[in-house]
Amino acid sequence: MVQVQVERFPYDVVVIGAGGAGLRAAIEAREQGKRTAIVSKSLFGKAHTVMAEGGCAASMGNVNAKDNWQVHFRDTMRGGKFLNNWRMAELHAKEAPDRVWELETYGALFDRTKDGKISQRNFGGHTYPRLAHVGDRTGLEMIRTMQQKIVSLQQEDFEEYGDYEAMLKVFPECTVTELIKDNDRIAGAFAYWRDSGKFILFETPAIVLATGGIGKSFKVTSNSWEYTGDGHALALRAGATLINMEFVQFHPTGMVWPPSVKGILVTEGVRGDGGVLKNSTGERFMFGYIPDVFKGQYAETEQEADGWYNDQDNHRRTPDLLPRDEVARAINTEVKEGRGSPHGGVFLDIASRLPAEEIRRRLPSMYHQFKELADVDITAQPMEVGPTCHYVMGGVEVDPDTASSVVPGLFAAGEVAGGMHGSNRLGGNSLSDLIVFGRRAGLGAAQYLDSLDQRPKISESDVDAAAHRAVAPFDWPSEGQAENPYTIHAELQQSMNDLVGIIRKEEEVQQALDKLAELKERARFVAVEGRREFNPGWHLCLDLRNMLLVSECVAKAALMRTESRGGHTRDDYPAMDNRWRNKLLVCSSDEHGTSAEVVEKPQEPMRSDLLELFELAELEKYFTDEELAQHPGRVAQ
Amino acid sequence: MSYKANFKIWRGDDTSGELHDFIVEVNEGEVVLDIIHRLQATQAPDLAVRWNCKAGKCGSCSAEINGKPRLLCMTRMSVFTEEETVTVTPLRTFPVVRDLVTDVSYNYQKAREVPSFAPPKELGLGEYRMKQQDVERSQEFRKCIECFLCQNTCHVIRDHEENKENFSGPRFLMRVAELEMHPLDTEDRVREAQDEHGLGYCNITKCCTEVCPEHIKITDNALIPMKERVADRKYDPIVWLGNQLFRRGSKR
Ligand code: SF4
Ligand code: SF4
Ligand code: FES
Repeated sequence: MVQVQVERFPYDVVVIGAGGAGLRAAIEAREQGKRTAIVSKSLFGKAHTVMAEGGCAASMGNVNAKDNWQVHFRDTMRGGKFLNNWRMAELHAKEAPDRVWELETYGALFDRTKDGKISQRNFGGHTYPRLAHVGDRTGLEMIRTMQQKIVSLQQEDFEEYGDYEAMLKVFPECTVTELIKDNDRIAGAFAYWRDSGKFILFETPAIVLATGGIGKSFKVTSNSWEYTGDGHALALRAGATLINMEFVQFHPTGMVWPPSVKGILVTEGVRGDGGVLKNSTGERFMFGYIPDVFKGQYAETEQEADGWYNDQDNHRRTPDLLPRDEVARAINTEVKEGRGSPHGGVFLDIASRLPAEEIRRRLPSMYHQFKELADVDITAQPMEVGPTCHYVMGGVEVDPDTASSVVPGLFAAGEVAGGMHGSNRLGGNSLSDLIVFGRRAGLGAAQYLDSLDQRPKISESDVDAAAHRAVAPFDWPSEGQAENPYTIHAELQQSMNDLVGIIRKEEEVQQALDKLAELKERARFVAVEGRREFNPGWHLCLDLRNMLLVSECVAKAALMRTESRGGHTRDDYPAMDNRWRNKLLVCSSDEHGTSAEVVEKPQEPMRSDLLELFELAELEKYFTDEELAQHPGRVAQ
Repeated sequence: MSYKANFKIWRGDDTSGELHDFIVEVNEGEVVLDIIHRLQATQAPDLAVRWNCKAGKCGSCSAEINGKPRLLCMTRMSVFTEEETVTVTPLRTFPVVRDLVTDVSYNYQKAREVPSFAPPKELGLGEYRMKQQDVERSQEFRKCIECFLCQNTCHVIRDHEENKENFSGPRFLMRVAELEMHPLDTEDRVREAQDEHGLGYCNITKCCTEVCPEHIKITDNALIPMKERVADRKYDPIVWLGNQLFRRGSKR
């Protein structure tokens, strides 16, 4: 029988997730005077953000003074093939510099330019050097900085209330399994401590989801075990909607060898700093893969590309730095056509391009990672790399300004939110997304609280039901076969990887959906041994249902979108189709998350002053004639 | 190229526990964490272990392998012979929660006791100017992934529970040094290091430096320079007096 003992904690705002977005949201909520909890599946300071390497995009213009928010906005929209939520892209481009500078006031130490400002590096899809960075460990610096800012706020609270946790408390190694509502609005969250297995209930009118992504549904991924789509699934079950779930970013450069590290990220900074991709014949193949929409923006010869690193005014950038979707597809094609490296990737060569000393200085963790995990000295040999599931562009449909979902009291920021990156995210735009929209979500939640006249109530039957569902995996089925959660997880990963991966076609996605239906049925019989104290088998059972629901959204949306764009490539519909550009695919589910439904919805047309930031000729590559009818360029004709 | 390896893994909780024997498959290129995961998926689904990134970047998977403090995800199986028995035990300096998972909250308490970065009040957003060579010293310390292997190793608290109260350990003494060397921090932390964080307990054995997976020169670059600053203060009566006066007038 279930032991329904539940510890209760009242809070004003509960932030689920302690990565960049979650920490920034919590800092903001606390600074707005709200009692705030941060709930994290891992220990404090371990979130997936620490793995972000390259940098944080913000048009500070420290290295090239021509940079400004308009250029950043344009790059972001191009990277996302104009499917982005333009308001989010606008806010992001405008606010990123202040958010980065703010980190300095928390104690961050970014690499510097000669005149002592924050240094900025080149990255795929960014016109100018734009990424604030610390070697190749920028994400770690951001997490540590915000972690330490939180400690500093707690120290202030200690001075004032004699209790470090009076206003801001971290609940480490604690997993939320359900959101609880009072009629249509948020009233709380049900969770368990990973170490003791005991249950807790957060009584809170406002929840910020900052749970990151869904990569653990795929076999080859750069994501950690935490990335099981929890926030996506919690949102769906609470009645919120997801958009753009068909767009999954495969980072072009993951490690491919040895098998046990397959998928681990190799930062784009390698290419930003001069590394080039080569196939087995030694050819720099990216010159053959510049797509029409980017013709004229990238170098066409090796000589021009090499000149660009030092003189950007007179050279175009190397196609090695095309947006990630383009590079990933190119690598995929090279390998498929038999020009791959021995272990099924291609070569990434920095050894022949920079002195060994310089490589170790600029890319210390890459040097370390290859040395220790693959016995490869990147200052002497090329790396072998191939695509790895890295990021989901899709996520909770939110109001751009407040980060609010359609459910009152439910907010989302960072990877779990959808829209900002359109069909493909530019490297470096994630870390900046976290701090821009993390702050906005914290602010949105605080404002929502101020507008409430009454706190929502939690019904006891909801709490009991959540507790029962949580311990269900300990009840072995009375008849038939119990299922092993690890087996189901492995089958899910294999099928998403093979059938809804980087290149998709109708029959395969359909097969994946059939497989998902089978796995969902079998998952009803998952059972685990042992006790509730730190039991990873049990934890996986609870994460599995999130992965299954979210994978269904990905597959269903991928089946519906009959075109190729950004992180969604259909072998049977290889071209981008302008009629699809302004269509969003919106996912929803019932409260038990038994199945997902996907419907089409038009995007809001872009505000005219933003539209006018682009040349008509470029817009014509993406927009339909009707959409451009009002453009001044057209009106003038 | 795969073979069967002998593993001994400590299983238990805060009351009792013992080493359990396992025979498990090992494939080319694998690390110890891969083997633990294989055990979870096949023989011991409830075997508790902490991990996140599997790339040596998050510092979650600290344990002791054949008695040496290491990251499970960065210890390749190829460093052992096929005949060798690999013994995995939890960190010794911290209380066990279950199996390989320990209660590392000591570290978070100590982190909270280090006064935070004190920004220069007169500088606004975007006005910070620092030279690369001046930030590099603190940057080295900020590479720390908080694996707490150095804390686990330091003899001052390993097997000396009684010292935990007065000693913050190499990780957090290094944090004090990091702030002390931050070009724009406005606080003086020298006396604090000695009096509040137990710098005096450290007798520069360098054991912490040896186990640091980030290869941070904790002893040479953080602890010894801090000790030098403390010594300078002590022997310079004018500086010492000045500090006393300053401290009396300033409230933190
Ligand atoms: S050098 Fe100091 S801090 Fe490091 S292990 Fe030795 S005594 Fe401990
Ligand atoms: S200083 Fe090194 S050993 Fe100590 S916690 Fe940091 S990374 Fe780990
Ligand atoms: S799992 Fe992150 S350091 Fe080992």
